[in-house]
Amino acid sequence: MSTHHGVLSHQNLLKLLSGITAGGMELYAPRKTGQKVFFDHITDVREIAFDPLPTTESPKALLFPRVERLLSFARDGESMRVDDRCADLMPRRVLFGTRPCDAVALQRLAEFFADGIEDMFVGKRREQLVVISLSCAVADADCFCTSAGSGPGDGTGSDILLTASGGERYDMEVLTDRGREVLATFAGLWDEGSPADTSGYLAVVEPLPALAGFGAKLAGAFASTVWKDASLRCLGCGACAYVCPLCSCFDIEDEGTPSKGSRLRCWDSCGFSLFTLHTSGHNPRPTQTERWRQRVMHKFSYMPARFGHAGCVGCGRCSRACPADMNLREQITMLDAGIALQSAP
Amino acid sequence: MTTELTFEPKIVAFVCNWCTYAGADLTGTSRIAYASNVRIMRFPCTGRIDYNLVLKALEQGADGILISGCHPNDCHYSTGNFHARRRWVVFRHMMEYMGFDLRRVKFAWVSAAEGAKWAEVVNTTVREIRELGPATEYTELHRKGVA
Amino acid sequence: MSALQVQAGELLASGKAEVVIGYGEGTRGRVRPVFVRTRADVSLLVFDGRCTANLTVYLAKPEVGRMGKAAIVATPGAVRSLIQLIAEHQVDPGEVVVLAADDDAVTLLTDPAALEAYAAAHPVTIPPEAKAVTESLARMSAQERRAFWDAELSRCFKCYACRSACALCYCTRCITDMNQPQWVCVAPHALGVMEWHLNRAMHMAGRCVQCGSCTSACPAGIPIGLLAMEASRSVEKEFGAQAGLRCDAPPALSSFAADDRESFIL
Repeated sequence: MSTHHGVLSHQNLLKLLSGITAGGMELYAPRKTGQKVFFDHITDVREIAFDPLPTTESPKALLFPRVERLLSFARDGESMRVDDRCADLMPRRVLFGTRPCDAVALQRLAEFFADGIEDMFVGKRREQLVVISLSCAVADADCFCTSAGSGPGDGTGSDILLTASGGERYDMEVLTDRGREVLATFAGLWDEGSPADTSGYLAVVEPLPALAGFGAKLAGAFASTVWKDASLRCLGCGACAYVCPLCSCFDIEDEGTPSKGSRLRCWDSCGFSLFTLHTSGHNPRPTQTERWRQRVMHKFSYMPARFGHAGCVGCGRCSRACPADMNLREQITMLDAGIALQSAP
Repeated sequence: MTTELTFEPKIVAFVCNWCTYAGADLTGTSRIAYASNVRIMRFPCTGRIDYNLVLKALEQGADGILISGCHPNDCHYSTGNFHARRRWVVFRHMMEYMGFDLRRVKFAWVSAAEGAKWAEVVNTTVREIRELGPATEYTELHRKGVA
Repeated sequence: MSALQVQAGELLASGKAEVVIGYGEGTRGRVRPVFVRTRADVSLLVFDGRCTANLTVYLAKPEVGRMGKAAIVATPGAVRSLIQLIAEHQVDPGEVVVLAADDDAVTLLTDPAALEAYAAAHPVTIPPEAKAVTESLARMSAQERRAFWDAELSRCFKCYACRSACALCYCTRCITDMNQPQWVCVAPHALGVMEWHLNRAMHMAGRCVQCGSCTSACPAGIPIGLLAMEASRSVEKEFGAQAGLRCDAPPALSSFAADDRESFIL
């Protein structure tokens, strides 16, 4: 469909969101807890946090939950009953307050899980998810979306994109049929509009020039010595991976007793030593040097080779979450320079 | 019938081989009748009764836990029960700090000669747990946080 | 040059240390761990109120171990953790030099007695936020505490930053990573999260030196250090053993006293 334009006041946006919860659709939006902001199930729109920066945790759990039951089993007399999870039961959900980088990430994540054999759980969730994003008016020093294939006003992956255009008012772009469907129920809350230039309301994001040729350079940098120093202060936790909107590694766990249990899919992280530990005791990634290299390589070399885009949208969450200040912007710049130096004749 | 009348608590007893297990045996050979709600798990020593065993039992639906072994200075291995006692103090404190109902986890010293005490400890535990009703706070955790 | 930089330079020049593990300027006004190997690089070292992470955690990292004898810039909490590591035979007191830093003062500590004296002179400080939560928890009923921890722990996705940032979590294979038998559910659902944190607290009983590193490391903002601290405090209150004060202290939960409290035992 062609993009539809409208204008919406902040008051009416809240009414619209209230209407969504009242209408029985599940609403997910940022909610503040202490100093951190998380996407959460919202029943009262007054709980929504309109913080200018991305949430602490990304919205990926809406497609790819931390823990998901794939099947359950139970002994039934002499036989065993297996209940397969039915992907058709995924409820329709509205996700509000994603930033453009988040929406791009949701699209890339769904694409990843659809590659080859489609993951029906992720696929169905994506199909049922309506994404209403907010353009960014502010970026911080960890953001680099404009260098990672997105931008503060990018509508990719969103069904509706709102841009605060001053005076408690939003310029609205309705980008998909799904977005139009949701809005149809709430006619009267917004005015028709015409395509507006919103660039003046968007954040200025500091470019990350090193990213442009980074993937190509990484291809020959596997054996480089840059990784050791770069990863020295990395503590080997999974904070970066778990706040990342695109990290998609998981672990399948069977849980329960011989008579009753479930098969679960849980998040996992390549930063853990256990991630690659073999039964024999051998670990092909024995130290954080190899694990950090894997993380960077996967995002900026392997993913681009396979999907044509990086496994990173430049949201900056990993940099904000890292307890050892492994800042990704800085790492990319430093690794890029280090690799260039080593490969110079 | 109401739940209160039909509820029979499941009690898991973790006991040491040398004192309480023998004590419970004496209860039987002395023909002392006591509540049949208890499932006895025999361990070499109270020092072997890891708090994770208690957690696993609660997780799998136990309504109450009873841990019992040799009186101080009676341990077959000299000091296993002393070590266990320290850990129980901390474990109880942490369970309490995290808001779990401590009344569901009981501790006792029952020697090989105390067949009557074993019956009394079990009966008291069963009566108290029956009053508390089925344990839910722990099993409820099973259902939370899974998509 | 600051006193810290001078002292670090001397240690490197004299060969008393081959690497100085300290704090340096990071991004956006944050500080970060730095590993200084040459005298020329001592200018990277800073120390101020932002330096709270416990750097002794890096002593267990194989890549750091291979750099040779280390000098470590230590907060009072880090000094306590070092004492605890010595008591647990994880660090040989001869193998590490300590630059104890507190506000403006830098003290070179090279032997167990000096570490102990320093720790005794710098008692545990609890940040006001942690104090406030502890006080409100003390006023709560058991049900309210259950609800509090349920809500806080619901944000835990098991990234294990708490474990990674902890100097005393040095096991090469953690109990939560064991699967034969599997004590702790791997999944970060309510049960798995609760089991993991209760296990960590139990393993920290009498060992947690209350440095606060785990709480600062938590990306979800859970006051997770309260659990380990509470376990350690219970050991202190019941058995009189405070972690991180004596290099020859026996392990609190692998020892006992004949008159330990048993009022709860039938």
